[in-house]
Amino acid sequence: MRLLTHNMLSSNIKGVTNGFPLRIEPQTITQKPVDFNPDFLKNMFSKIDWKALSDASKIMGYADLPEDVPDQTVLESDEFLKKFHHALLEIHLEEGVLVCPETGRKFPVNKGIPNMLLHEDEV
Amino acid sequence: MPSKIAQIRLVSSHPQVYPPCDDSYALVDALLADRTKLLEHHPTICMEVGCGSGYVITSLALILGSESQNAYYFATDVNPDATKVTRETLEAHGVNAELLTTNIASGIEKRLSGMVDLMVINPPYVPTPEEEVGDSGISAAWAGGENGRSVIDKILPVADNLLSEKGWLYMLFLAENDPLQICLQMNKRGFGSKIVVQRSTEEETLHVIKFWRDPDIQIEGNEGGSSGKTGPHRGWEFLMSQISRLSFRETRQ
Repeated sequence: MRLLTHNMLSSNIKGVTNGFPLRIEPQTITQKPVDFNPDFLKNMFSKIDWKALSDASKIMGYADLPEDVPDQTVLESDEFLKKFHHALLEIHLEEGVLVCPETGRKFPVNKGIPNMLLHEDEV
Repeated sequence: MPSKIAQIRLVSSHPQVYPPCDDSYALVDALLADRTKLLEHHPTICMEVGCGSGYVITSLALILGSESQNAYYFATDVNPDATKVTRETLEAHGVNAELLTTNIASGIEKRLSGMVDLMVINPPYVPTPEEEVGDSGISAAWAGGENGRSVIDKILPVADNLLSEKGWLYMLFLAENDPLQICLQMNKRGFGSKIVVQRSTEEETLHVIKFWRDPDIQIEGNEGGSSGKTGPHRGWEFLMSQISRLSFRETRQ
């Protein structure tokens, strides 16, 4: 699971109103290089919740992202885009859990695949 | 040069995962038929619901290929064995997608709302007793409940929510699912539709239908006080055009 995916995931338990972002408890983290594509990054920038990304990135061992939401002008900076690219696309959670911020319910991640299936009493 | 799609010998398998069959091939044929349009569409986020063996999402990633490096792929399945097998199939072909074991798009639907530019879905469409629906084993790949519509009718509103303004949906149906009625239902949500592939075997007749948001279609409930005039008229016009499409397999959009 890449951090872009994490940025799109929220707790789906019935009744939970504040289910984003899920807290990451990593066990195995891997890195896989991906071709750098500024157009894609510029496209995604407005869709990303910055705080969720920079917090998740730190937990995953990469603390080079600015904590405060950068304004649009950073998209002109290659240095920024490369950091954004790395955090968003190259860091993978292989094994670990995602924790619902409201209920503490743990969603397992195995072989890089989050399991968001709910029990009958959570639907 | 023929476009690359997933190779059967590289598709991973598991006793609890539905292998590629006629329906999967029909859906990939539809994507191949629209390859040029898909490349020009430049989808940023693509998604498959019910990825099974991974044959379709892998083929999609290969069809869009390096010409569309802008794309990010999601694939979901309710069967945990299926998402694992899909990962193996993707890796065997050297392409990537983000996998999620979940019911339709639960957990991702909220944040991804209005962001998906391309969806492909081969739903469980086989008419079965209602109690067979809802399992997360291999039967989830086909068990469709009454008229095969139970899961399809749950997926359609989710797809509507996920698709972006320029979003396209390619979805496979069985004749028994009453695709014409589904097109009418999607029309009420503001979607145009057309048949991309129709295939009949001894056992079944399959349609792959493409849906897109049509700004000329008035959405029911959004028309304010004067809905009486345009609503029924449009519906009738649309029904007639769909009947001719269903009968003559017109493929013009």
